[in-house]
Amino acid sequence: MLGLNKKDLGVLLLVALLAMAAPILLNPFPADSGMAQFNAGYPDLMQRFVIFGIFAIGYNILFGLTGYLSFGHAAFLGVGSYSAVWMMKLLSMNVIPAILLSVIVAGLFSVVIGYVSLRRSGIYFSILTLAFAQMSFNLAYSVLTPITNGETGLQISLSDPRILDGANAPSYPNLFGAQMNSAATIDVGSWSFTFSVGYYLCALLMLVAFYISIRIFRSPFGLMLRAVKSNQQRMNYTGLNTKPYTLAAFVISGMYAGLAGGLLAAMDPLAGAERMQWTASGEVVLMTILGGAGTLLGPVLGAGFIKYFENIFSKINDNVLHGWFSFMPDGIEDFIITIIHPFVGKGWHLTLGLLFMLVVIFLPGGLVEGGQRIGRLFRRKKADTNTPDGTKTPAE
Amino acid sequence: MSFSNLTRRGLMKTGAVAGAGLALPTYLSAASHSGFTNAPQGDTVTLGFNVPQSGPYADEGADELRAFELAVEHLNGGGDGGMLQTFSSKALEGNGIMGKKVQFVTGDTQTKSDAARASAQSMIQKDGAIMISGGSSSGVAVAVQGLCQEAGVIFMAGLTHSNDTTGKDKKANGFRHFFNAYMSAAALAPVLKNLYGDDRKVYSLTADYTWGWTQQESIQAATEAMGWETINDVRTPLAATDFSSYIAPVLNSGADVLVLNHYGGNMVNSLTNAVQFGLRDKQVNGKNFEIVVPLYSELMARGAGKNIAGIVGSQNWDWKLEDQLGARYTGTNAFVQSFGTKYGFPPSQAAQTCYAQTLLYADAVARAGSFNPCAVVEALEGFEFDGLGNGPTLYRAGDHQCFKDVVVVKGKENPENEYDLVEIVEATPAEQVTYDVDHPMFAGGELGNCNPGA
Amino acid sequence: MDAILLQLLNGLDKGSAYALIALGLTLIFGTLGVVNFAHGAIFMIGAFCAVTLSKIFSLSHLASEPSGTDFLGKPKYDDVLYIKEWFGESAGAWMLDWSVPLSILFAIPVMIAIGFIMERGLIKHFYKRPHADQILVTFGLAIVLQEVIKYFYGANPIPTAAPEAFRGSFDFGVLLGFDPNAIIYPYWRLIYFAFSAVIIGGVFAFLQFTTFGMVVRAGMADRETVGLLGINIDKRFTIMFGIAAAVAGLAGVMYAPINSPNYHMGMDFLVLSFVVVVVGGMGSLPGAVLAGFLLGILESFASMNEVKNILPGIDQIIIYVVAIIILLTRPRGLMGRKGVMEE
Repeated sequence: MLGLNKKDLGVLLLVALLAMAAPILLNPFPADSGMAQFNAGYPDLMQRFVIFGIFAIGYNILFGLTGYLSFGHAAFLGVGSYSAVWMMKLLSMNVIPAILLSVIVAGLFSVVIGYVSLRRSGIYFSILTLAFAQMSFNLAYSVLTPITNGETGLQISLSDPRILDGANAPSYPNLFGAQMNSAATIDVGSWSFTFSVGYYLCALLMLVAFYISIRIFRSPFGLMLRAVKSNQQRMNYTGLNTKPYTLAAFVISGMYAGLAGGLLAAMDPLAGAERMQWTASGEVVLMTILGGAGTLLGPVLGAGFIKYFENIFSKINDNVLHGWFSFMPDGIEDFIITIIHPFVGKGWHLTLGLLFMLVVIFLPGGLVEGGQRIGRLFRRKKADTNTPDGTKTPAE
Repeated sequence: MSFSNLTRRGLMKTGAVAGAGLALPTYLSAASHSGFTNAPQGDTVTLGFNVPQSGPYADEGADELRAFELAVEHLNGGGDGGMLQTFSSKALEGNGIMGKKVQFVTGDTQTKSDAARASAQSMIQKDGAIMISGGSSSGVAVAVQGLCQEAGVIFMAGLTHSNDTTGKDKKANGFRHFFNAYMSAAALAPVLKNLYGDDRKVYSLTADYTWGWTQQESIQAATEAMGWETINDVRTPLAATDFSSYIAPVLNSGADVLVLNHYGGNMVNSLTNAVQFGLRDKQVNGKNFEIVVPLYSELMARGAGKNIAGIVGSQNWDWKLEDQLGARYTGTNAFVQSFGTKYGFPPSQAAQTCYAQTLLYADAVARAGSFNPCAVVEALEGFEFDGLGNGPTLYRAGDHQCFKDVVVVKGKENPENEYDLVEIVEATPAEQVTYDVDHPMFAGGELGNCNPGA
Repeated sequence: MDAILLQLLNGLDKGSAYALIALGLTLIFGTLGVVNFAHGAIFMIGAFCAVTLSKIFSLSHLASEPSGTDFLGKPKYDDVLYIKEWFGESAGAWMLDWSVPLSILFAIPVMIAIGFIMERGLIKHFYKRPHADQILVTFGLAIVLQEVIKYFYGANPIPTAAPEAFRGSFDFGVLLGFDPNAIIYPYWRLIYFAFSAVIIGGVFAFLQFTTFGMVVRAGMADRETVGLLGINIDKRFTIMFGIAAAVAGLAGVMYAPINSPNYHMGMDFLVLSFVVVVVGGMGSLPGAVLAGFLLGILESFASMNEVKNILPGIDQIIIYVVAIIILLTRPRGLMGRKGVMEE
């Protein structure tokens, strides 16, 4: 079905199921319990999960398949965001033109940068992409302020022309009237689940992006890219010009980044220059490697992992800790809090850094390998029952 | 299993959403009952304190957080009450806000507009925060203010000094207690004239982004009005850490005053570099060479160490105000007392503005008798108050900016400890720093209407 | 003319800092083939060695008699420095004043030890792993180191002054016949320049004129063959890592008075040092030094108003523009060797 083999179809369906049920799955704890701190099922974070998932899936097409390590992909994300916001300022609050333009502009941008950067390989390529992205960031922050609004970031305002919108059109990004921020909350017992339009739009696009990425992985084109990774020289000696292939991969991943940038702006109409900074480019590299470069599911896992820490762990302050451990005797409570304190709240970076190291030391293939190991353990236990285990088996 | 807030029709619609992501009802759980976002339910109300906890401003963020915690303690009737006792409005009774106990959630802005918005979103969507406060840069303040406007909650800005926050980017749901670049310049100009005369040539270095530009524009206008001449203005990259190449040519340019329109790490480094080059020991045009840093902050002064000796700048507030300039600044000592008792050192201006903002919000709710953002906006607009440490203050209705005295300070030559680095030169009265709502430096935006959310 | 000379001088000074940081990075790149994202953090720890030593010198106890009242109206006790009690008033004051130069002695063993521990404990296991894994693990390490420093020292910059004797600046202009104040340059920055020159020269001499250096250079060129010759190259690589850490650390120590150290200063320099190394060419020490000076000088010139008026914003991007031009015209940077990290 859909041109996929059984295993890939299984993975796709599983991802679809997880994405659709995410508002429920990510809110496993009752809203008023102490553990609710760990709930991630609110629209903004779920949107970020899937948007950065798209970004990482796209990045993986370049890095995972060809081995070209780009350090400037955030530039495409940023360019996508800026074009989307401009579209919403000038044309219409409908997100369709905004997202389309962001993909197109990011694509054009990546053709130029890719064409130049791909003249070099290895670390020379990485530094070229880094240089282009840092130039974009520095200029967007300062000289290009008339276009980018610099430090404060580009926002929509009441006085924007929006020539396609009528007088009564919604003043928030929408899809034919359905506003991105509208949501339905359902309370089930003490649980509370929020289903938002924006999230489902992002999730659907993520599934499309994921599907395309599977097709690319399984196509002759994907095979060619892998050949580039394993030995580009040999490819060149056989008389094959690899550059069109790598450039195509670069542009595709640039367009994915543009889509992610456009969606970020569509969910929350703001485009800031920080999105283009090298740290943002580094983040997608980390997401991909952390999850498992070259695997289908890895980048999505990596994106979720990092965004979860950024948004959930950073919010655990001492008050929350006291709330959790208040059942203990005072001395022990204080002792435990003293130990945990450096790792949460303002120390969330520390925990993230430690986990980077632990994952890469003990799971050389990234989080996906962790899943595989658990899967193997699971299978060994019931050696005879042949369970098709989609989650644990990466497509690679 | 109980389905509150759910009808069969609603369920079908939700199914349609999940399927197609199209056409669905707009109802937020609380909104459907009360008409505004995150209406407090039960006997508590949640405030969101969004401060930088990582990155270069983490220490400033930590100080803001201390002030927020103190404010919440005082609102809930704990501690010694701090500025609640000196505050001119007596609507707050120490029983939370309108009898609801105040709770708070915290987040990390990372001093990036994206991260700050993500953090604020999670407070609004997940924790049900009804007011967001804090922050340590104008980029973040403008970004979060825009978000709060869209989401329908109140934003009480923390440390943000750009004219734009209450200028071209002002929003109906956003309020700023902190002063701004125009006020800094207006307050500094007469003091500079007294100290350095009316015939000076200025060379300025300006951080190359929006705040730097508004600061430079303001200070140039104010100093030229009193007869100074600006001979050069050089833009420096935000990412610069070493300013030597910008400072090296200063001495030979004929200028006798260097204005550093920098903040944070930029300011610490550019000032350190300028002092390293020995500019302060030189004589140009027969006058002592002087350095001016329009926006001072205690933490940055601490980072620059001895280099700040003798350097003039402006502050929103200083913890020594009441002791040195008298009862006009009542509230200062009460706040310093309770902050110092709790944490062991005096508060920074960032802490004071955050504490004041929290009290002002709570008081506005109490006076309005409602948590509805539109009622709060109405209560804050045109509100005149006193006793929060800054002297008599007005929250102007036209742009949601506070108008109060501005403190002009100077780096101490021999500081006694790291919390006592500046001495107060004088406080410029509010009238001198007041401008029209449609002043050209603030033009281009509109407040719009208050947004109570869904 | 004087303006150009001034920027040239400033560029040399900036360049010496860049070259020194890039030197340590390229030693690790070139000898071990490891992409070390923690290099900036090592530089930062070096600067904090200076901070730490001056903190140690400032250790104090409270005087027994109060000297007044503090801001809350409670009795205040003055700090009495141990160092002044032990070494006498003047010697104690001298040590405090000279804490930055003294911390060079303190930093060398500390940094070499950190280098050894890093290499033996972590990096060693990543020689054969893909560069991507090296990036992830060293980036994680950089974050951890940085957060540990933040935990103990806070996020605010910590002023660390140079000795009193080196404050102020030297007037070159008078020497060259220009007006007074035309070309002035701070003493400490001149010392930094000289210090870098000595360290860079020392590292080159070490690699060029010692047997140890010869083996390491051979190992850089062809690790397998050197191993086949029965030489324990691993041990030497560990030592090289220690040396690289010490070089970066010393660069940090001496940099502390120039800009107050803060916990994220390493990240600020990380990108820059990578650009310098790659522009210089992978695996080439002279290339890294050359690129450091080149970028430093060009950056200085780009910050001149005369240049900025023609090309607005050029000082924001000059480094990247130069990097792109050089990498496009010279495939392996200025002096890079074929085949090093080109895959």
